[in-house]
Amino acid sequence: MAEPRDLGGRAASREPRCLGARRDEPHDLVVVGAGPAGMAAAATALDGGLRVFLVDSGPAPGGQFWRHPPDHAREGVPTEALPAEDLHHDLRTYRALRATLTAHERTGRLTLLLDHHVWTTAREADGFTVHAVDRSRAPEERAVVLRARALLVATGAYDRQLPFPGWDLPGVLTAGGLQALLKGGGVVAGRRVVLGGTGPFLLPVAAALAGRGAAVVAVCEAAAPSAWLRHPAPLLRNPAKWAEAAGYAVTLARHRIPVRTRTAIISAEGEGAEGERAEGEGRVAVVRTASLAADGTPLPGTERRIEADTVGVGWGFVPQLDLLLPLGCGLADAGDGTTAAAVDAGQRTTVPGLYAAGETCGVGGAALAMSEGRVAAVSVLTDLSAPGLPGTRRLAAERRTVARHRAFARALAQAHPLPPAWPAWLTDDTTVCRCEEVTAGAVRSVRADGSAAGHRQVKQLTRAGMGWCQGRMCGPAVHCLVAAREVPYTPAERLIATPVTLGALADSGEPTADHT
Amino acid sequence: MEVVILGAGIVGAACAFHAASAGLDVTVLDRGPVGAGTTSRGEGNILLSDKEPGPELELARLSRDLWDEAADELGPETFEFEAKGGLVVAGAPEGLAALHAFAARQAAADVRTELVDRVGEFEPHIAPGLPGGVHYPQDAQVQPVLAAAALLRAAVRRGARVRTGEAVAAVTGTGGRITGVRTADGVVLPADAVVNAAGTWGGEVGRRLGAPVEILPRRGFVLVTEPLPPMIRHKVYSADYVANVASSDEGLETSCVVEGTRAGIILIGASRERVGFDTAMNPAVVALLAAQACRLFPFLRDVHLIRAYRGFRPYCPDHLPVVGPDPRVPGVLHACGHEGAGIGLAPGTGALITAQMLGRPWRGADPAAHTGLLPERFLTTGGVPK
Ligand SMILES: Cc1cc2nc3c(=O)[nH]c(=O)nc-3n(C[C@H](O)[C@H](O)[C@H](O)COP(=O)(O)OP(=O)(O)OC[C@H]3O[C@@H](n4cnc5c(N)ncnc54)[C@H](O)[C@@H]3O)c2cc1C
Ligand SMILES: Cc1cc2nc3c(=O)[nH]c(=O)nc-3n(C[C@H](O)[C@H](O)[C@H](O)COP(=O)(O)OP(=O)(O)OC[C@H]3O[C@@H](n4cnc5c(N)ncnc54)[C@H](O)[C@@H]3O)c2cc1C
Repeated sequence: MAEPRDLGGRAASREPRCLGARRDEPHDLVVVGAGPAGMAAAATALDGGLRVFLVDSGPAPGGQFWRHPPDHAREGVPTEALPAEDLHHDLRTYRALRATLTAHERTGRLTLLLDHHVWTTAREADGFTVHAVDRSRAPEERAVVLRARALLVATGAYDRQLPFPGWDLPGVLTAGGLQALLKGGGVVAGRRVVLGGTGPFLLPVAAALAGRGAAVVAVCEAAAPSAWLRHPAPLLRNPAKWAEAAGYAVTLARHRIPVRTRTAIISAEGEGAEGERAEGEGRVAVVRTASLAADGTPLPGTERRIEADTVGVGWGFVPQLDLLLPLGCGLADAGDGTTAAAVDAGQRTTVPGLYAAGETCGVGGAALAMSEGRVAAVSVLTDLSAPGLPGTRRLAAERRTVARHRAFARALAQAHPLPPAWPAWLTDDTTVCRCEEVTAGAVRSVRADGSAAGHRQVKQLTRAGMGWCQGRMCGPAVHCLVAAREVPYTPAERLIATPVTLGALADSGEPTADHT
Repeated sequence: MEVVILGAGIVGAACAFHAASAGLDVTVLDRGPVGAGTTSRGEGNILLSDKEPGPELELARLSRDLWDEAADELGPETFEFEAKGGLVVAGAPEGLAALHAFAARQAAADVRTELVDRVGEFEPHIAPGLPGGVHYPQDAQVQPVLAAAALLRAAVRRGARVRTGEAVAAVTGTGGRITGVRTADGVVLPADAVVNAAGTWGGEVGRRLGAPVEILPRRGFVLVTEPLPPMIRHKVYSADYVANVASSDEGLETSCVVEGTRAGIILIGASRERVGFDTAMNPAVVALLAAQACRLFPFLRDVHLIRAYRGFRPYCPDHLPVVGPDPRVPGVLHACGHEGAGIGLAPGTGALITAQMLGRPWRGADPAAHTGLLPERFLTTGGVPK
């Protein structure tokens, strides 16, 4: 088997011998999620003298931003060629953070637990217990319990999906899924791709696809370009962001990729479906797009038929709050139709000892996630009276950065709202919940007879959201179908953050025999 | 006769269904949507197998017949009614003797029981080596929220109204008799009779109506697995469960009931803890339930848990529901405190409440036959709590 590798290009250190023993010892802080927010937070906390668990379900640190190709995709590929700069921005920062973490692993202050998925957490008298499954020897699963005085949840966000007729065909992915495919070394060369949705993440995905030899035949942005002009101040205060966007624009122009604003993908059809509906038949072959009225209704006579074998759709992201909700963490309207963890200026949640950073506090990009991670870590250092606090000037500057990026993110969200009339694209037989095969018609009928007031109730009455993904995929869409527009989506509480085998749980209840 | 039913859980829905069927003028008031209280937090077991002979078993037998009637009237599909039967297994030979003795007393109280020597013939995937068990063919299952919604819809077809709002106080007339209910938005719903079907919140609602009853919460967790092809045919549980249900010890008890549902998922439930309304996750309980389920069905070791949820069973200090008119406030009737059996007991409760309001038997519910559930048992002769 190939040696596990890090993004930095060098072989990752093998699991230290004493890891099992270290897992049993209480630490000062558990950081769940080793994306930009979690890595930055852990590094700051470690530098300040704390003992830290950094836990991630993935095989390497980095999160969404610095996602790693799986081992099998790397075989036969020269390591120097990966990762490519167009996919992994700011690798210098990654390498610096990684080096800090490695140094602290050597001193024994950091216990880095990869392939560990946290399935629940609980508050105890003197801190928290964090319950994870160790999947490093998959398919074997082993339950692990970590203890610490403070808990930082930096579990990121996931794609918000809006269903449309044909969205469940093979070849239709989320924009995030497409990006992950690219970063994971997936093959896209030669594909004919149409991208749709709203928000600035469509552009980097388009640029990256084009750079890898895919033909991006259209990018359909539902928002109007003029929307940006309504909130110019925060946008102008973030020149780096403009530069990034401009960079993508150049790439798109070079590849002659048309970006159509006020346009959406309203349906997709499978292979061999000339003229008739053939959902679930072959791979996607054709998409239909339409220009949108101001409320998002497709304008008659503007429909276009575009041949494509790959479709990427992105409607923004939903904060991953599964671990925060059962702890009783207060929520705040994130301004983009979702809710996020409510935090103070120090990233403290409403629960004592519990902190949140990165996209759990609202979507806003990697730089913001890192700043929030550092601010959160400083709060932990302060609250635990740790020796190594950074200077107040640095902290003040960091907090200003957070405020500026948050304002930018809000402005962006307002410029890229969900088209209010998108449910009009759905036919009654469009599947909304893929796990349980619940249609839009079924959801509409429980809404119409007055028995369903929210997505939780729809779930009870139709089974939408009861399947494998537990509504992580369909929840936001079902919410939009039944709730008033101004009410942001709040996910259902999920006590189990990831599926775990009953055997692993059963064994965790028994006295443990061997831990190494 | 104008009736206001407080609570649109399974019990309130069943009361509305029977009262409207009997021609009464019914309004159901709930602060939230139908079935969103404890009804959406439990399982849908309709059990005779776990009940000692006594007033609760009598209500359960009546209810069981009425579930059949409801399935005939509304269609078994509308609420996933399945008369699949229960299998109680003993873990050890001593346990089997105790289980047989228990079953013999139930049989004497007209519960159908069948002794089973080879449990593996009933449940091919059950753990080998179990000494035996008892089959209860009358045990059945429903999907509680669908059942509450179906009963309420049928009540509405018979003229009932459903309103959203919170009951805050009683309006009373001469002799302290109730004449209506005031809601949080100041609306007064006129009523000749008010039914307290507020489940776990029945204690608070009783207080607001001037007729307090003691209803306490008992927390329970339920585990849900990924969907599987059918592997488990009955409701299967170990005989310890019978002891736990009747127990009034503090603290945690678990003894799991394992069952497959129509959707292919397997439900494993439920724990019993007295921790007030503490909503905190308890990973140790989840681990214990998982261990017990795996002991009954070893194949479950490789099956994924995808969800867990918890709820608070409403219970009275003597673990019997309180069903009937409150002597302190004429016109108030209680229908709450069903603990871990409110789904199963709902239709019988609805029929009994209706019979009590009519002053004559209704659909097999004879008020004279269920006096053990009346609120009197908590009151001294002067009408104050004992
Ligand atoms: C398609 C796409 C394009 C993007 N392009 C840009 C861009 O150009 N510029 C930019 O600034 N940002 C971009 N981003 C956004 C950027 O990736 C995020 O802002 C950033 O990754 C957020 O960091 P985070 O640490 O909050 O979360 P994440 O990076 O999402 O990290 C969260 C981590 O938590 C782990 N985790 C979650 N739940 C658990 C659990 N229960 N147990 C254990 N581990 C868990 C996950 O495995 C993950 O590693 C893009 C994102 C996408 C999807
Ligand atoms: C884990 C668990 C497993 C269970 N398993 C089973 C089982 O297998 N079989 C079984 O039979 N039972 C089971 N139960 C028990 C069963 O769920 C309950 O007994 C039953 O749901 C009680 O129904 P209810 O209608 O009385 O209460 P609820 O469903 O709680 O309804 C009460 C309603 O009153 C409303 N309300 C409260 N206060 C007010 C107010 N002031 N104004 C207006 N409305 C108000 C609430 O909003 C609520 O909708 C289980 C319970 C738990 C927790």
